[in-house]
Amino acid sequence: MYGKKVKLRILFISLLLVSVILSIFLILKSLEEDVVYFFSPTEIKSLTEINKKKIRIGGMVKENSIVIDSENINFIITDFKNEINISYSGSVPNLFEEGKGVVAEGFLKDNSFLIAEKILAKHDENYMPPEVAESLKDK
Amino acid sequence: MFKLFEPNKIFSITSKITKYILLLFIIVLSIGLVEALFLSPEDYIQSHSVRIMYVHVPSAWISLGIFSLIALLSTISFIFKNKNFSIIAKSLAPSGFVFNIIALVTGSIWGKPTWGTWWAWDARITSMLILLLFYAMYILAWRIFNERENVIKITSIIAILGVINVPIIKFSVDWWSTLHQNSSVNILSESTIHSSMLLPLLIMTAAFSLFALLIFLMKYNTELIKIKNKGLDRL
Repeated sequence: MYGKKVKLRILFISLLLVSVILSIFLILKSLEEDVVYFFSPTEIKSLTEINKKKIRIGGMVKENSIVIDSENINFIITDFKNEINISYSGSVPNLFEEGKGVVAEGFLKDNSFLIAEKILAKHDENYMPPEVAESLKDK
Repeated sequence: MFKLFEPNKIFSITSKITKYILLLFIIVLSIGLVEALFLSPEDYIQSHSVRIMYVHVPSAWISLGIFSLIALLSTISFIFKNKNFSIIAKSLAPSGFVFNIIALVTGSIWGKPTWGTWWAWDARITSMLILLLFYAMYILAWRIFNERENVIKITSIIAILGVINVPIIKFSVDWWSTLHQNSSVNILSESTIHSSMLLPLLIMTAAFSLFALLIFLMKYNTELIKIKNKGLDRL
């Protein structure tokens, strides 16, 4: 059917692909903690020691949890299992809202408190016109 | 099996259809822009910045699609020594490269008002940047290596290695926590984008695909002319 050279080239490509895919898989697997952009509150709670490094926590801004005083914005990030208190001073993105996704970057004080240096809003995959969103709310 | 791809015959077709593709592109793009910029509604959270998505998402799709196609053609070319496939792959690269840049830049422009940052080193954005680097390597390799035999081997291997990144890009948002949202347009499960927004998205995708095809044809014709001028009647 095919010549010997063709078979050898197919073998070469297959070996190349398998070996590189396997190495990439192993590298990504061992770097899992660095590949993720943020940790969930549950993952933070299960930490045994508090790392001094900068860390990101992502989840939902808990309903009715935003408290703004003269210097700080305090709110709670929840994944509906665990909650982390966030304290932040600075400007927040326009889409920062209760019940919406958020990522807070900063330093952990303990297992349930983070002093944030940066707040990012996380947009979800839902795209719809305002009228549709309204009618969904009414239901 | 590959007799069908005689360059002279191809050239007589590709040189003629370019202007029709251009015409079709202009028509589809006009409809797409009117839909995307005026007729489609604003988003309930992002309001008008949702319109960036009509450029961002098609660009990202097309840059991924073109790279996959380059890798497929390169694999066949590498195994069966079909040089014409390599020339087709080479001609596809510039439009894929440009759409990759457009996807990154428009994503950045959208990210600032939405997320509050121009750039985040999350898995989706970083893997898209890696794709751009592979495009750059692929295009550069064609310029650096002159000797016919070697350049085809080297560019093929770059494309084949680079395509491993394509499923990583696609599934990065499912495998890891990322700042980038999950996909809204799904084939297997229900899409989370409203139909009034899906329509302009699909029209813009068609328009950009036509543009990619147009750039490909122009580049491919140039390559064929180059080969002709060298006095070779075959690849």
